[in-house]
Amino acid sequence: MFCACGQPWWQVPDISVVLPSVLQPLAGGQPVLTAPADGPVTVAKLLDSVTGNYPVLARRLRDETGALRRYVNIYVNGDEVRRLQGLETEVAAGQEVLVIQSVAGG
Amino acid sequence: MGFMSPAESFVVAIGTKKGLWLATSPDRQDWSLSGPHFLMTEVPSIGIDTRDGRTRIMVGVRSEHWGPTVAHSDDLGASWTEPEQGAIGFPEDTGAALERIWQIYPDAESRPGVVWAGAEPISVWKSTDGGEHFELNRGLWDHPHRSEWGAGFGGAAAHSIVVNPAGDNVHVAMSTGGVYRSLDGGTSWEPRNKGISAYFMPDPNPEFGQCVHKIAADAAVEGRLYAQNHHGVYRTDDNAENWESIAEGLPADFGFVMLTHPRREGTAWVVPLKADGERIPPDGKLAVHRTDDAGASWKRLDSGLPENEYNSVLRDAASVDSAEPAGVYFGTRGGTVYASADEGETFTEVASHLPDVLCVRAAVVAGA
Repeated sequence: MFCACGQPWWQVPDISVVLPSVLQPLAGGQPVLTAPADGPVTVAKLLDSVTGNYPVLARRLRDETGALRRYVNIYVNGDEVRRLQGLETEVAAGQEVLVIQSVAGG
Repeated sequence: MGFMSPAESFVVAIGTKKGLWLATSPDRQDWSLSGPHFLMTEVPSIGIDTRDGRTRIMVGVRSEHWGPTVAHSDDLGASWTEPEQGAIGFPEDTGAALERIWQIYPDAESRPGVVWAGAEPISVWKSTDGGEHFELNRGLWDHPHRSEWGAGFGGAAAHSIVVNPAGDNVHVAMSTGGVYRSLDGGTSWEPRNKGISAYFMPDPNPEFGQCVHKIAADAAVEGRLYAQNHHGVYRTDDNAENWESIAEGLPADFGFVMLTHPRREGTAWVVPLKADGERIPPDGKLAVHRTDDAGASWKRLDSGLPENEYNSVLRDAASVDSAEPAGVYFGTRGGTVYASADEGETFTEVASHLPDVLCVRAAVVAGA
């Protein structure tokens, strides 16, 4: 079986989503969730993919309109996506996406 | 003290800015505290549901980072369950997102499984499965007044829900929309604020827009409710058609709390605060005030309370239990919780030095 990029599926690189420790229990204890990518995907689609089996985790990151929660920051290649194209920011195969909560609160 | 079966005990759930604590007692004098549950999340709403032969504690929790949700425990807090898809979520066509759950209200004994919720943005929700899934009340959400409802300082929320035993009359209070009433179990809604002042508005007697802080029903008189307003304490005897002031005799007509007796006619409690410029107990002297005659007179109750207390008591940071005599409980923004086993005559301390108390709920439960 081959993916759309022409590579055998077992050679399709992953995109990794790195979770903060506080969210890992909501992903079965995993610190990193991965999705196979045969090309660039948006952050929104990536989150749909990696949280599909973890609906509570999904609700911690985005509200029911799909918007990223105010104090949830997602970094692609070191840049927070709000400084890029938000949830429409594209992530390339092999890249790492970091989920980090804001340093805030009293 | 009335007769109390040894198989019964008391639980007080304390929702704070940074988590939930649970106090249990065999006698309402000595309390054991567990917590924090949900550390670093605020707990602005709690419902204790003792129907259906079990005790279910439901809590609205909200993390600044990870948002709001509803969880419940059927084992007095030993374990908590959160429905995977969330108990409350706005339908896609509303374009809205849940901010905070302000009220969790188990319905009458005759309707086990029915639980109401009030939320921010201003909305009312109803569950028929014991609080695991709630449906948005479309009648109120689609009300033509909605765009004109304002936000109180704490947020724009439906914070009080009262349903009569027959289930046809539903009263909701919101900040700052006032009181709305449904006569058809929540299908259609009309404002019912005649007599309640909105002194801060261009028209001080508008149809809606009042800043009602809390409403509660008289358990023994159908159609009688009490309201603590943003300045003003009121009673209605005609199902909210007309409200009249019952503030005379109180040291201040401001405050957030309105509690009613679980059985006895004409008995209600308030916790007056001086306002607007000084949101503290008048002169820093904290006291609960109780009426036994539907607001004709008030009795000051401060036995066991500290000499000075400068923290306020929020609208849901007070509760009554169903025991005989009824217990009265409240917590302050300074993190102290007080309990009375004699309807407010004397108070003892349940907990202190907690984060600011947002919500208190008390119940008589089976077992310890």
